[in-house]
Amino acid sequence: MAEHLAHDAAHDDHDHKPHGWRRWVYSTNHKDIGTMYLIFACTMFFIGGGAAMLIRLELFKPGLQFFDPQFFNSLTTMHALIMIFGAIMPGWTGLANWMIPMQVGAPDMALPRLNNFSFWILPFAFTLLISSFFVPGGAPAGGWTMYPPLTLQTGASFPMLIFSIHLMGASSILGAINVVVTIMNMRAPGMTLLRMPLFVWTWLITAYLLIAVMPVLAGAVTMMLTDHYFGTTFFTAAGGGDPVMFQHIFWFFGHPEVYILVLPAFGIVSEIIPTFSRKPLFGYEAMVYAVASIAFLSFIVWAHHMFTVGMPLAAQLFFMLSTMLIAVPTGVKVFNWTATMWKGSLSFEPPMLFALAFLFLFTIGGFSGLMLAIVPADYQYQDTYFVVAHFHYVLVPGTIFGMMAGVYYWLPKWTGHMYDLKLATWHFWLSAIFVNVLFFPQHFLGLAGMPRRIPDYAVQFADWNMVSSLGGFGFGLSQLLFPYIIWKCVRGGVRIGNKAWEGAHGLEWELPSPPPFHSWTSPPSEAVIARGAAH
Amino acid sequence: MANAPAHDSSQYYIPHHSPWPIRGSVALFTIMLGAIIYLNDWAGGWVFLPGPILLAYMFFGWFATVIDENQHGIYNLHVDKSFRMGMMWFIFSEVMFFGAFFGALFYARVLSVPWLGGQGVKVFTNFILWPQYEGVWPTNGPGHVGGHADGSFRIIPAIGIPALNTAILLTSGVTVTIAHHALRAGQRGKLALFLALTFLLGFTFVGFQAHEYGEAYRELGLRLSTGIYGSTFFMLTGFHGLHVTVGAIMLLVIWLRVLRGHFTPTRHFAFEAVAWYWHFVDVVWLGLFIFVYWL
Repeated sequence: MAEHLAHDAAHDDHDHKPHGWRRWVYSTNHKDIGTMYLIFACTMFFIGGGAAMLIRLELFKPGLQFFDPQFFNSLTTMHALIMIFGAIMPGWTGLANWMIPMQVGAPDMALPRLNNFSFWILPFAFTLLISSFFVPGGAPAGGWTMYPPLTLQTGASFPMLIFSIHLMGASSILGAINVVVTIMNMRAPGMTLLRMPLFVWTWLITAYLLIAVMPVLAGAVTMMLTDHYFGTTFFTAAGGGDPVMFQHIFWFFGHPEVYILVLPAFGIVSEIIPTFSRKPLFGYEAMVYAVASIAFLSFIVWAHHMFTVGMPLAAQLFFMLSTMLIAVPTGVKVFNWTATMWKGSLSFEPPMLFALAFLFLFTIGGFSGLMLAIVPADYQYQDTYFVVAHFHYVLVPGTIFGMMAGVYYWLPKWTGHMYDLKLATWHFWLSAIFVNVLFFPQHFLGLAGMPRRIPDYAVQFADWNMVSSLGGFGFGLSQLLFPYIIWKCVRGGVRIGNKAWEGAHGLEWELPSPPPFHSWTSPPSEAVIARGAAH
Repeated sequence: MANAPAHDSSQYYIPHHSPWPIRGSVALFTIMLGAIIYLNDWAGGWVFLPGPILLAYMFFGWFATVIDENQHGIYNLHVDKSFRMGMMWFIFSEVMFFGAFFGALFYARVLSVPWLGGQGVKVFTNFILWPQYEGVWPTNGPGHVGGHADGSFRIIPAIGIPALNTAILLTSGVTVTIAHHALRAGQRGKLALFLALTFLLGFTFVGFQAHEYGEAYRELGLRLSTGIYGSTFFMLTGFHGLHVTVGAIMLLVIWLRVLRGHFTPTRHFAFEAVAWYWHFVDVVWLGLFIFVYWL
């Protein structure tokens, strides 16, 4: 070890970039690890998307066309698990890795070796999860929410499901600890908390939520494991337990989890809209407090996912009202984004297009969420395609569009090249049109009574299902443009200076494009920080 | 920018690369794979062995690297602070993990068991399925799951070994604090003595707990499978016991480092991190003693 140290010290005075496979497998560099996270997330996005295409293929017409119902249920279960834990969460962590050290004026993440660990757990976790398709009994098919007793009947893939969740949880917790510590301890002198970009703020709060709820999920799946193999009766009424208890514990994790999935998108949109409106963000502090309020409320709304299981009336009322309360801080955000654009000098480059689509379409998902929050109405909507439409509006044109907006916003910074704006604009319009063709009809299907998680349906649902499937195929195919545009941009393009966008503010735009291997090798000066903080 | 130093070492320390995290990932994967193969009866229990060995190797190597770097004075106060925050948030995540199991305990005691006994909104479960069931804690449920052949079981009274164990853990909290004060005052002999006392108390606790488990399994009919009481009892005390074991091993490592002359009166993060962890384990035990054994 001593030789290593001497070696490291001798090379301290220039960019020390290891070569070959060790650069990636042994990496302690926030950009390299961020890149691996993003590539991993993109891969999972296409695997999860592939499952979605197969689902839409089966639902294209009524009747069983291609798959037996068990495999169809595996597809819906695995689609959700892969998208949530494999695509969205690692995608956000990848962006956090790339951007947070640059945005707070740090050379790297606070705990670089831990950073490597939290990434490299993921490929193993998903090897376990995805290989469960090939064991006797097939992949888990009881839904991503893993409710007992159904999920306890899973075959050989049951422990694969449980242990992959444990690994994903460990990865998320370690990653989140790293983000919190980086933000709290690695900010350059002068980068006060209320000068931080919104992306950093939203990630700080996301990381707090992750550390708070991922262990709860680990506890829940551990109880499932012992109920299955070691005779405990947490979720068996005969032993004094209760299957509904799993739902309570799961959704205590699950509701903060949905904010984990979307809060970083709020942050990105809060950076992009001011840049392309050429105005500071309207109500910066209100935005910070709104995100904190949403995070707080996320801990006291969980049972709105389970209004129909038969809860005491007082509990239903409490969870209905607390859920509606979330509309207040969310409304603050939507109005502030809108007010930021008011009388701004707007331009519509791809990041802005995705951010605007986010603003409109996420709001639609928010409104259907309010409808679902109303207990008596939820009795009708529960487990229908209306719910599917609701959360896909929040997660696809919400979270995914937010993430794509972020990638299109920062890609020139990462590569030093401007990407093909025309092609990216095509990607946007195809995505924005098809995503609505895909998900909007599902509102009608749900209100008409089509249940979710079924491979076959009554003929009166045929037309809108076909429309939805066509939208799905269109959306899926359009996404192929995304990696192509990125690949092309990495290969070359018009060189850009420090600032890719004229209206952009923030410390990341004070660094060269692409930035040096260690971002801020010495802390930026007070003047540079003040220039970056536009609000 | 290109000619600037790679980083201002008075501010930050960035390790260049490390083989340990990937070894840790492989170790975790091997553990999980072994458990999957074992639980599915695809092979015998031996498949579970390689994973923990790999994990121990990873921990040993990773910490050896960090300790070595630390002894070379590479870590400044800034890095120290990152470590501190990291440890605090890790302990917070552990608190939430125990929170899930305490949540299950409270849910069973306050909601599901009374409901099964015919109280509140779920009266029909009792009426239709188990009209004889009273729903009194401790219980192994209306089906009298597990326990002796007749479905009965006895519990471990709070006054006895659990009370003794409470005294042991609380005392160990005091001894670790005395050790900390001795470390800050530069009294190395006192430090080593009280640190040794602390982990000996910890291992004693684990020994008593093991004895108690043996008695519960052999004589009381109280097992992991004894309904919701056995489930919550063994999962809560079991995970706690595991944490005490890990904490005591950590204290032992710190003690060995003390004997080697590590730590200064002002810089001893590892000692403090382990002490925090020990206090956390202590506090969890107080919750267990009150809500599992006593009330």
